Amino acid sequence: MAGAGGGGNDVQWCFSQVKGAIDDDVAEADIISTVEFNHSGELLATGDKGGRVVIFQQETENKSQPQCRSEYNVYSTFQSHEPEFDYLKSLEIEEKINKIRWLPQKNAAQFLLSTNDKTIKLWKISERDKRPEGYNLKEEDGRYRDAATITTLRVPVFRPMDLMVEASPRRVFANGHTYHINSISVNSDNETYLSADDLRINMWHLEITDRSFNIVDIKPANMEELTEVITAAEFHPHQCNTFVYSSSKGTIRLCDMRASALCDKHSKLFEEPEDPSNRSFFSEIISSISDVKFSHNGRYMMTRDYLSVKIWDLNMENRPVETYQVHEYLRSKLCSLYENDCIFDKFECCWNGNDSVVMTGSYNNFFRMLDRSQQRDVTLEASRESCKPRQVLKPRRVCAGGKRKKDEISVDSLDFNKKILHTAWHPQENIIAVATTNNLYIFQEKVN
Amino acid sequence: RTKQSLAFKMAGADSDDSLYPIAVLIDELRNEDVQLRLNSIKKLSTIALALGVERTRTELLPFLTDTIYDEDEVLLALAEQLGNFTMLVGGPEYVHCLLPPLESLATVEETVVRDKAVESLRKISHEHSPVDLEVHFEPLVKRLASGDWFTSRTSACGLFSVCYPRVSSTVKAEIRQHFRTLCSDDTPMVRRAAASKLGEFAKVLELEYVKSDIISLFTALASDEQDSVRLLAVEAGVSIATLLPQEDLEALVMPTLRQAAEDKSWRVRYMVADKFSDLQKAVGPEITKNDLVPAFQNLLKDCEAEVRAAAANKVKEFCENLPEDSRETIIMTHILPCVKELVSDTNQHVKSALASVIMGLSTILGKDNTIEHLLPLFLAQLKDECPEVRLNIISNLDCVNEVIGIRQLSQSLLPAIVELAEDAKWRVRLAIIEYMPLLAGQLGVEFFDEKLNSLCMAWLVDHVYAIREAATCNLMKLVEKFGAEWAQNTIVPKVLGMANDPNYLHRMTTLFCINALSEVCGQEITTKHMLPVVFKMSNDQVANVRFNVAKSLQKIGPVLDSNCLQTEVKPVLEKLASDQDIDVKYFAQEAISVLSLA
Repeated sequence: MAGAGGGGNDVQWCFSQVKGAIDDDVAEADIISTVEFNHSGELLATGDKGGRVVIFQQETENKSQPQCRSEYNVYSTFQSHEPEFDYLKSLEIEEKINKIRWLPQKNAAQFLLSTNDKTIKLWKISERDKRPEGYNLKEEDGRYRDAATITTLRVPVFRPMDLMVEASPRRVFANGHTYHINSISVNSDNETYLSADDLRINMWHLEITDRSFNIVDIKPANMEELTEVITAAEFHPHQCNTFVYSSSKGTIRLCDMRASALCDKHSKLFEEPEDPSNRSFFSEIISSISDVKFSHNGRYMMTRDYLSVKIWDLNMENRPVETYQVHEYLRSKLCSLYENDCIFDKFECCWNGNDSVVMTGSYNNFFRMLDRSQQRDVTLEASRESCKPRQVLKPRRVCAGGKRKKDEISVDSLDFNKKILHTAWHPQENIIAVATTNNLYIFQEKVN
Repeated sequence: RTKQSLAFKMAGADSDDSLYPIAVLIDELRNEDVQLRLNSIKKLSTIALALGVERTRTELLPFLTDTIYDEDEVLLALAEQLGNFTMLVGGPEYVHCLLPPLESLATVEETVVRDKAVESLRKISHEHSPVDLEVHFEPLVKRLASGDWFTSRTSACGLFSVCYPRVSSTVKAEIRQHFRTLCSDDTPMVRRAAASKLGEFAKVLELEYVKSDIISLFTALASDEQDSVRLLAVEAGVSIATLLPQEDLEALVMPTLRQAAEDKSWRVRYMVADKFSDLQKAVGPEITKNDLVPAFQNLLKDCEAEVRAAAANKVKEFCENLPEDSRETIIMTHILPCVKELVSDTNQHVKSALASVIMGLSTILGKDNTIEHLLPLFLAQLKDECPEVRLNIISNLDCVNEVIGIRQLSQSLLPAIVELAEDAKWRVRLAIIEYMPLLAGQLGVEFFDEKLNSLCMAWLVDHVYAIREAATCNLMKLVEKFGAEWAQNTIVPKVLGMANDPNYLHRMTTLFCINALSEVCGQEITTKHMLPVVFKMSNDQVANVRFNVAKSLQKIGPVLDSNCLQTEVKPVLEKLASDQDIDVKYFAQEAISVLSLA
């Protein structure tokens, strides 16, 4: 655990594994829609457009082969959501998993919340290594025994068996949302969580499925007056009363649930004044926040908009403390990105274990590592070409204009169909999971 | 199951028959069908009896200990069963054999199962001898308290208070230490569990430890960073306050409670408001006068509506429990001004919470004060825009009636009732109907005939069935109050008049009313006035009316004399029994057989 997930660009990232089919022909259902490590990092869950959840488990550390420590293997796969049809509104409800959130571990089993557009489900993933044996009236294979031979009672006995991992639905939180759910977040009190859709945020108790409390409602009385929507929401990692939500207008509101039951009035509004020199037709679209994440220590939060990542100090509302350009070279391309709808892509972002580096995705299967302490950044690529075990990832450069240097890629040759929207960072170690369309790449710090 | 039993029956009838049902029960402990497993678990005592105490201990309990993978409802039933299992394992001497399965149930993730397991553990703790308690039970509590997962640690919190009184002083010290540790656990779940058991634990502790240990734990939990923990400390504070001598309360508990009443989080203040009456009883009259009165005023004026509503709910109880010598002064000078403001609160839940208790103040304040100060408030609430507020006032009229008589209110009452009776929401209309008999009783027959009777009749032709149904039931209750003679003069003619209504639904309402009224009106009115109308309706062109005639005849049959049944009812039913409509036939035949007219 060198550097405890610390090191940024000093870290050499190398390929570890790739999951998913190799052929270029991608089935829609296989497209990965969310990636999430659990709190220990031992488990990694992905959700896809087909409504499936796949959980990978980290192999236990092998002392003789330290390079194999981060191998993740399939632990459990289950169908979390099915396609549905809302007959009252004549609407199809996709099975696509929008978000997965792990619950802090409460006993030997693991629990996670998964959600599609409308329904949140609580799943239990548990192991079973014993099964009962011995019947009175029949043999183990099901044949009925001659009853005349039954003279004494047999009590079944548990015997060891091959390990079996079961996923079972424990709760279904339905009918809480009129619009599409974009976020779920578990409260640090470990008994409640929030779910946010385009216009409302609801708070649920993890054990109560038949009611939730509406804590934010930005729906105007007249829908024609609608000017902004909620794009993401998250609870503070330690303060159970604090949560934030981001909007399509590029603002983030921080609410204190202690103040009142309905949090329509925010207690802080984070907003950076717009730079008039950059104003264009696309300004509002690209300032829409696609993801917001608190740092592990709870002091900062990070937001991702179309072109940049911003880090905000919770104590300073008027501007971010750090701003990183993710792919500034696209600014001149916004027109074509608007035409092919890419401008509406929702990129997510994540923190490393000690909040010193952040990661977010881009196009052409590029992803960016932004080192906060050294104000340095690097672009890496998740590709089949560099999939040899322990192969070190080479930094990539995009030519921003002018003369293209050797090793540089021209903006025009970027593949906008290959985008990395979802990434996750192991909570303690330098292990990252990067989802390309239908593949999950796992990279780790090179160990010498 | 049937297949199995068939196989068994065919195989040999000569085996021990008594074993068979037990064998089935045991096998079904692992049936794929949850319902069958549940069924078996619920008959666990039968299985244990058949196995005998020794096999229960050595075979059944080990099996049950491992069976924690099952569905919640099965585990819940198991946890409950094990609490009553002492005799089945061989009595108190062996009761500790039940600890392993209950221990594993106390660590499952489902709160209901864990709570039930803890409840059963508490139950069987009393069946342990003092020695067994220290040798078996207390180590289990320690194991749970130091478990890796919070589920086991939360379960431990509920077990300290049952073993503490019965163990040696060394073990007592250990238990106190464990409880202290859990109060500062890393996870809020455990701190919440500890906070919710703090009061109960304090009750079994020696007073010196209450003062030295519990107070500091209480203070710490009440200033926890998580408001979900702080709010639970409020209730603990109430319990602790009852344990301490008056002179210690001020120094040890009140600062913390005062702080809770002004907590930054509305949920904590809500909890204080919700527990206010208990708190008031716990701290006694002096502190109530000096501290709680201003605190209560603040809660009634709180910025969060949820808090104001919780406090408004307690207004009557709080006033009732004020010390007698200063009750009236405190209410008049401190509470009533706040109450007056709440009457025009912006939030309807606050107003309706207040409306459900405000009438109770009249008995406390007496006639003069009620007329001068409360009456204007009642009248204002009777005119409130929110129907729930008006309903809550009307439903509590009896309190006022005792003090000033309802006449004072009747002039305002009437428009309020009429408006509710005609409310666009049928649930509101339904609610006011339910209060009609009560109102009728208090307002008297004259007032009723003059003002309310027409409303009751109008409901009979409401376009919502639930209202028409409630209206019929209401008529029956009114007749019970005012008597058969009143019925014959005022409502029966009107009800029977509807039999000629062009709308068949209204004609059916006549029948439903007759069903409800025949018994309270008695044989004479039924035979003389109602029966002819029913007979006439047997020729109705709508089949639904005709089969309801059959149903009505069945219903009122017992009120009629046998001669009338044979000579008048029977022919009509027989005619209906040969009706061309299948439903009419069916109900006519049913009536014939129920009335034994065949």
